[in-house]
Amino acid sequence: MKVNKDGNGYTFAFSIILVIVVGVILSSLSIGLGPLKKANVEVKKKMNILSALGVESTRKDGSEKYDQFILDSYVISHDGTLQENLPEEKQAFSLDVQKQNRDKTVQVNDRLYPIFEAEKDGEKLFVLPVVGKGLWGPIWGFIALADDYETIVGTSFDHKGETPGLGAEISQSFFENRYNGEKIANNGSFTPIKVVQNGSGFEDQKVDGITGGTITSKGVEKMVNETMEVYYKYFSKNK
Amino acid sequence: MSQTEDKLKAPKEPLFSKKNKRLITDPLADNNPITIQVLGICSALAITVQVEQAFWMSISVVFVMIFGNLIVSLLRNLIPSRVRIIVQLVIVASLVIIVNEMLQAYVPDVSEKLSVFVGLIITNCIIMGRFEAFAMANKPWPSILDAVGNSIGYAWILIVVALVREVLGSGKIWGASIFGNNLPGEESGLYALGYVNNNMMILPPMALIVVGVIIWIQRSMNKELVEEN
Repeated sequence: MKVNKDGNGYTFAFSIILVIVVGVILSSLSIGLGPLKKANVEVKKKMNILSALGVESTRKDGSEKYDQFILDSYVISHDGTLQENLPEEKQAFSLDVQKQNRDKTVQVNDRLYPIFEAEKDGEKLFVLPVVGKGLWGPIWGFIALADDYETIVGTSFDHKGETPGLGAEISQSFFENRYNGEKIANNGSFTPIKVVQNGSGFEDQKVDGITGGTITSKGVEKMVNETMEVYYKYFSKNK
Repeated sequence: MSQTEDKLKAPKEPLFSKKNKRLITDPLADNNPITIQVLGICSALAITVQVEQAFWMSISVVFVMIFGNLIVSLLRNLIPSRVRIIVQLVIVASLVIIVNEMLQAYVPDVSEKLSVFVGLIITNCIIMGRFEAFAMANKPWPSILDAVGNSIGYAWILIVVALVREVLGSGKIWGASIFGNNLPGEESGLYALGYVNNNMMILPPMALIVVGVIIWIQRSMNKELVEEN
């Protein structure tokens, strides 16, 4: 049988078969690898929480160490009240704060904020997730707060696709460490921490930004301040 | 047309005949996809800030290129010519998704390093260019060789540019400091003597300038490459 390869019928048939074959391959691959990918994302989240606490972990021992250091977790609302009886997907660990921030149908006042309570070297610490916007896409991280409810003792930041060598440096420890020791409150009221460009980061309430990564650095500033304000509302009520 | 050509070639061509070897060696130098054909510049610009990313990007491109060229070459007599570009695009996009899924599932750390740049492989004109110019008209084996040559030709330029930019821009190779510590207040090594990293190297335009310098060196070494005006 001679097929006319320039005919419409052949072109349509070829395209349809190609799309079906490719579609089946890709979707089965995606579903097949789904559990592996999900597990990777969960371990990464645990590693990030631990990293804010200053605990080194690998993909292998991430889950184990998480169970060891994190004692309790709960969720608060935007006005700083403890939320109880939440459905499974809104529990502290499974709540996807990035997705929540992207979701236009969730009002800012309806957002939920998880708190992870940890104990390290006999001290109680709070690990708080933060989410914001960088230059190219989302940035996020975890901030560890001492049990005076105002001193930052550790941070870990990460990003989706900030410029390598510039904005992407926020996930490097040299930048994360700049937040250590800063206070989110003074004399009982919330005070923002500024990201500065003039090298005055050694002063109180100031952190040096990243050269060439100004927009990402400012994104970190906004993210930390907006989220910390909410958490401080809860802590000042429950001290 | 290719079938009549095949029949004319009497004895079977050895796997690494002179002609086949040239398929690999040409794109490495005298017909390099980046410096001579000036293709794939977009990704050369985006991911050459750090050597590590350039390396993983290169590996991914080699994979996509080889399998893409092979698939297109196997299907070359079946692909309807009117929709061939779309078909090639579907093939390259699917391969990139497969690479991305595999990276996410099995080597998540690498996947995080490449982040959005894996998607950039789809827009890499070298891949589409080789599908259209070579794989559509050649048998699978030469197509694979052509893919190896072109993707490695792309890879070495990428890594050289990344090396220059990372060393001069951040004072590092593969993330390790080579000139000492440059954190404010605790400088050591070269930085203690007043050396400053050239931040301009990190910015995208410098990738083009570095590529330009490579083109210049290459053309002054081989005058045949210089176009006559």
